[in-house]
Amino acid sequence: MITLAHFIILGAVLFCIAVAGVFINRKNVIVLLMSIELMLLAVNINFVAFSRFGGDVAGQIFVFFILTVAAAETAIGLAILTLLFRNRGTINIADIDSMKG
Amino acid sequence: MLSWNDILILLPELYLVAAVCVLLLMDAFIRPEQRNATHWLAIAITVITAFLVVMGQPAGSGAVAFGGMFIRDTVSEILNLFTLITVILVFVYARPYLRDRKIWFGEFYVLTLFAALGVMLLVSAGNLIMIYLGLELLTLSSYALVAFHRDSRLASESAIKYFVLGALASGSLLYGMSMVYGATGTLDLMQLHAGALQTGMPNLLRFGLIFMIVGIAFKLGAAPFHMWLPDVYQGAPTASVTFVASASKLAAFGMAYRLLSAFGPGDLLHQWQLMLAVLAVLSLVIGNLVAIVQSNLKRMLAYSTIAHMGYLLLGLVNATPSGYAAALFYAISYALMSTVAFGVILAMSRAGFECEEIDDFKGLNERSRWMAFLMMLAMFSLAGVPPLFGFFAKLLVLKAAIDAGMLWLAIVAIVAAIVGLYYYLRVVKVMYFDKPNEGVELRPQADAPLRWVLSLNALALLGLGLYWGPLISWCQQAFAG
Repeated sequence: MITLAHFIILGAVLFCIAVAGVFINRKNVIVLLMSIELMLLAVNINFVAFSRFGGDVAGQIFVFFILTVAAAETAIGLAILTLLFRNRGTINIADIDSMKG
Repeated sequence: MLSWNDILILLPELYLVAAVCVLLLMDAFIRPEQRNATHWLAIAITVITAFLVVMGQPAGSGAVAFGGMFIRDTVSEILNLFTLITVILVFVYARPYLRDRKIWFGEFYVLTLFAALGVMLLVSAGNLIMIYLGLELLTLSSYALVAFHRDSRLASESAIKYFVLGALASGSLLYGMSMVYGATGTLDLMQLHAGALQTGMPNLLRFGLIFMIVGIAFKLGAAPFHMWLPDVYQGAPTASVTFVASASKLAAFGMAYRLLSAFGPGDLLHQWQLMLAVLAVLSLVIGNLVAIVQSNLKRMLAYSTIAHMGYLLLGLVNATPSGYAAALFYAISYALMSTVAFGVILAMSRAGFECEEIDDFKGLNERSRWMAFLMMLAMFSLAGVPPLFGFFAKLLVLKAAIDAGMLWLAIVAIVAAIVGLYYYLRVVKVMYFDKPNEGVELRPQADAPLRWVLSLNALALLGLGLYWGPLISWCQQAFAG
């Protein structure tokens, strides 16, 4: 029997993987975008599970909005990434360090 | 059911959406040398929206539309009005800067107005979905604004940093929202409190609250979640920074108020009060200390923003109507002060000369007395020197912290303010007592609207410092009902 707790643990694991992906990854900006996407999907699992087990559809409606906004967010992220590559010729995170202090 | 009444309550936002779409279309069909038409139309749209906000204000404690999704009360009226005022200031100050750098495109106006729409929806939100959508409209537009100078290496670097950390903050906020939803069973801010009191899962609710506060702190730029702020301020075009520094802070206050007030009063209140107090102390200390060693004025102002968010949090910590009123007053004063400071930087920069190092301001008094005087007003107001606007704002948040029984917090804030005085005065010293750099031509832009509006904005700091009574009583009245 799969209970609410299973879903919440799955969401928490995905969220942790996403946060670790943002902070541990030192190589590539595209991996950052993937981590961010994973984070939003973890949130979606939470919302759908709470909505299903709580008997309230509002959470599932929220998921529609999150999915739509995530698409727009990725579009902007990729646009900035293209700009970064055009201006600097690299998307290596270790090279993005001209500002410090 | 959709009714005419709902549409009337939402009229300013609906007008703004329609007008910005028209502006975008019109800009696509005009020639680049007719860009002034876009400029003035954008300002006219903002003025009309502000007029609709004031005229459409329902009497009494406010109105609710679309089944609780949208709240129009005095808090949202004040925040909307000052957001639109700062948008007009940004438009007026940005024109010569954008023209000199050949990035004077209609998209700047469209993106700024969409961001302003995001602020308006965010501060009037009555539901977690609306909070999220308003916030994303604001931040997605802000990412594009920060990356607006397409060929600048620094701007694209600061945009990617802003994007990644901003998306992380949104993710954290959403994760917190999902847990709060799970614990209370509702997304409606009005019912959240009742749901929180009878929840069967208090630990889940507590976790959700922590994640939400992390998200709010990111958006405010409070330490230790401030890493994005200095890089964005330094790397982004100054015109975009002026917006991000002023209107976004009003929005962040609005969001914090809507979310946190839904959890008071009760057991949970003490938990988030303590978390905010820790954030406030860290922001005050880190912001003021690191600002001292900066040589770039924009970066110094970024650290000063972090410190100012610490003061704003003092008002939120209090969590009573008078505390919220003090925080709102602080957010307004900060928005008006930072527009003056960035306005002077914009006015002094030219093609090929950003005028953003503190040394660039050497001997400004000899070259342009009036600009040096305006910058001095901004710096003294940011430092909190009486009788300027910033002094009374600081006084009110300090009083709020003491009323909340956190005397230690107020003492930390006062010590931080004295430390902060040093780096603000350094700018004044450089302008008034240093010799101008050889071979550098320090001359403000000849743009007449820029000079007049900037002067008016700076003198408003003095005026509101002397006659602060009406504004503070308006703020207090907003939270009293």
